[in-house]
Amino acid sequence: MSDADGLRISGLTLELRGQRILDGVDLVAPAGQVTGLAGESGSGKTLTGMTVLGLPPAGSVLGGSIEFRGTDLLTLSARQHNALRGEELAMVFQDPTASLHPMISIGGQLTDHVRHHLHLGRAQARARALEVLEQVRVPDPAQALRKYPHEFSGGQLQRIAIGIAIACRPSVLVADEPTTALDVTVQAGVMRLLRDLCDELGLTVLLITHDLAVMSALADTIVVMRHGRVVEHGPRYDVIRDPQHPYTRDLVEALPDHRPRPTGGRP
Amino acid sequence: MAGELVFDEVTVRYGRPGRPTVTAVDRASFRVRPGEVVGLVGESGCGKSTLAKLACGLVPAAGGRATFDGTPITPYGLRKRPAQLLRLQMVFQNPYASLNPRRRVAAQLQDARAIHPATAPSVDDLLRSVGLDPALRTRYPHQFSGGQRQRIAIARAMATGPDLLIGDEPIASLDASLQAQVATLMRDVALASDTSLLFISHDLSVVRLIADRVVVMQAGRVVEEGPTEQVWSAPQEAYTQRLLAAIPLADGLGTIPDVAPA
Repeated sequence: MSDADGLRISGLTLELRGQRILDGVDLVAPAGQVTGLAGESGSGKTLTGMTVLGLPPAGSVLGGSIEFRGTDLLTLSARQHNALRGEELAMVFQDPTASLHPMISIGGQLTDHVRHHLHLGRAQARARALEVLEQVRVPDPAQALRKYPHEFSGGQLQRIAIGIAIACRPSVLVADEPTTALDVTVQAGVMRLLRDLCDELGLTVLLITHDLAVMSALADTIVVMRHGRVVEHGPRYDVIRDPQHPYTRDLVEALPDHRPRPTGGRP
Repeated sequence: MAGELVFDEVTVRYGRPGRPTVTAVDRASFRVRPGEVVGLVGESGCGKSTLAKLACGLVPAAGGRATFDGTPITPYGLRKRPAQLLRLQMVFQNPYASLNPRRRVAAQLQDARAIHPATAPSVDDLLRSVGLDPALRTRYPHQFSGGQRQRIAIARAMATGPDLLIGDEPIASLDASLQAQVATLMRDVALASDTSLLFISHDLSVVRLIADRVVVMQAGRVVEEGPTEQVWSAPQEAYTQRLLAAIPLADGLGTIPDVAPA
């Protein structure tokens, strides 16, 4: 994988109804690495991810640039962006029970975009779907293709959603709170999967989460956002162990393990 | 001091038309003693929320006995609930769904105050006790953030002067940076008014922060219980050890917890 497959976001701004929501976001997400976007609700981390995919809210006014393979994604037409999205740029959402279609079989959801983007036939697409389910470690792939989302647990569904995202062999994977809706034990498995996929496929992973513990386990570099700006950007260890910005320090200190047990119990 | 909740060999089953019934809680026994903060942890589907629902009469028990300060807990019916059972209040997971969107915050707190057996704290005091500005009393729920709404839900539960407060995943829908804050607030508010607290969460690291004692559930059963620090540092059951091992540490080292699939 060459560096050209990474993302370079420079001075990204987004204005919606006169309000500036992204206020000059700069970050580099190299290929084969997990770049973490941290921050609380409303800090603009999800909007940054959606803008990378070419899905900013309707009526947004964008500025700056998002460089991917030598082109600025912001200059693409809707048609050009549609061609990239799903094939080169993929996304995993927080809640797999909401992001998967409840009435279409797993097989249908795993092959539809593959056939569209890669121009594969039915049988080829099915073969690819089986391969992908194998890759995301869903047990009994052939059986799974015939099932519907409600027949799976949340963890399995998230694996399937990740499978759908990587089915067209994308270069960039935007994962928006991919483990937040999962139990800790399941979360550990999904984190391991994302790490392995990133390493094996050389994916550029943009991991969006407010959970610094997940960030610390998975991300190589961490970008901390607040009020639509990047306040800190650095290697995982430095950002968590030696935060420079007071806001990052607050976030780290808000972690349960970093706080002393409250006193004032009863006798 | 009142506020004792006892589950004695409680079983809850859910019937599903055309399919076998599910045993959500399977002969679970434990108690919340007066003035105690108990954390109930376990993964999705282990029956922890079902126990909370049972405690407020939202689901019937199929077996065993649940009592609150000696009064048997009966499921909701058409009649008014026994006054004694109103001494048990709940804070739900989703603050967006648990407040009435069409009524002002002050009005909702007033309703709750009416249940208080003695003199309820004033609306302003209630808002202050959860760290909100009393001037916000005339606002509607949608004008608050998720964390603020959960504070209002806590204030509303406390307005009734409860003997026991149950929080069913009250922090799960909040930002990580708020979770510890709101959990600690719940403990402080409960302690300040001699209320026992049953705090239900899948997040052991937050439960550790506030609970005196922890009860661990798996597949409808209580598998381990003990003082928080003991369960945290020397878990006896394999299941508890696995739960603890799965918690990612914010150590900046990039270690992904290694947990064998169940």
